Amino acid sequence: MMDFIEGLGSSTRTSFNKLGRATFFLGQTVSGIMSVLLRPGLLLKQLYSVGVMSFLIITISGLFVGMVLGLQGYYTLSDFGAEETLGVMVAASLVRELGPVVSALLFAGRAGSALTAEIGLMKATEQLSGMEMMAIDPVKRIITPRFLAGLISMPLLAGLFSAVGIIGGQIVGSGLLGVDEGAYWSQMQASIDFYDDIVNGVIKSIVFGFVASWIALFEGYDAIPTSEGVSRATTRTVVNSAFSILGLDFILTALMFGDH
Amino acid sequence: MQHTRNQDTLVGLFVAAGIAGLFFLAMHVSNLSSFSDEDSYIVTAKFENSGGLKVKSPVSAAGVKIGKVTSITFDPKTYKSVVELSINSKYNTLPDDTTASVFTAGLLGEQYVNLEPGGSDTYLKKGGEIEITQSAIILEKAIGQFLFKSAAEEKK
Repeated sequence: MMDFIEGLGSSTRTSFNKLGRATFFLGQTVSGIMSVLLRPGLLLKQLYSVGVMSFLIITISGLFVGMVLGLQGYYTLSDFGAEETLGVMVAASLVRELGPVVSALLFAGRAGSALTAEIGLMKATEQLSGMEMMAIDPVKRIITPRFLAGLISMPLLAGLFSAVGIIGGQIVGSGLLGVDEGAYWSQMQASIDFYDDIVNGVIKSIVFGFVASWIALFEGYDAIPTSEGVSRATTRTVVNSAFSILGLDFILTALMFGDH
Repeated sequence: MQHTRNQDTLVGLFVAAGIAGLFFLAMHVSNLSSFSDEDSYIVTAKFENSGGLKVKSPVSAAGVKIGKVTSITFDPKTYKSVVELSINSKYNTLPDDTTASVFTAGLLGEQYVNLEPGGSDTYLKKGGEIEITQSAIILEKAIGQFLFKSAAEEKK
């Protein structure tokens, strides 16, 4: 019994310690934003590896998610003779939930794990300490550009995901299943509100981009500098990002869409 | 520097595609393009019962959407529901004896305010009030009345 309590205490201590380190790390990262903006080349390179490299997986997944929504939605809605509202269903579920959440999960798997592995290996091969020896702040030089790139890419990727998904739903809905194309778009435009739905979806994706990049970069920076440590850190990145994204999504949804 | 230039182009394409996606969502998916609040005027209408009318419900005349409901409040003096309608300024020639009624689109559809223009020569002004109103049909009430009536007929 005492062992159990002692174990609980020590795990609380270590997790608070980790949280503290992560917050400190975030502060350091954010404080470097100004100096990164003065050297946009660094940011551009990371936008390429974080954003452009995730472009294909996001658009293809978005297309298929939209097509599946169109198909499944059609079967359920046609039971009620309400096929015409297919556009509303596809657009609302993509813009509010699936766009930000699924693209953030894919982002964590595609870009987040790569970031953790890259930084963990930099640490293991002592490149980070080498930079410090040369009086270069590794957080400002390495971490902040990647963090900013994640923060910028995520809303763009989520917007693309939703847009491609809505087109995918339209291809299946009106191309394959015979929903009237005019009704698909006009019902959608009548029900989707710019501020309530689209702006809230974009806010969600910015929050997810923030959290996913923070977790990925911190896990890499905090990894035990061995090959096993880096592999564990990479796993933790994907697991923790997924948990945080889904948990935060619930909280954000309750805050944003709770009052009606 | 061939490599960086390539990267620049790809990043540029990516950012352009992302912004195009968001723009597409704003203009083509949402109602941003159809109405903005600046070019509209507000009139009020008092209903005995506004039923399931909600803020943002459409206001239409002859089946065409010309505005939306901006607020619904209860007036404690007259016990009526005060509905504010925001109507697009393009349609500023509605007569002041226009009838406002709460209708339902289809059997299960959402409720909306229908405006039926009267024959008066003076137009509704900004902040004016539509005096002739027709309440929403409450389905439970209608069924109740129907059952009551048929029961009364059976007794005879």
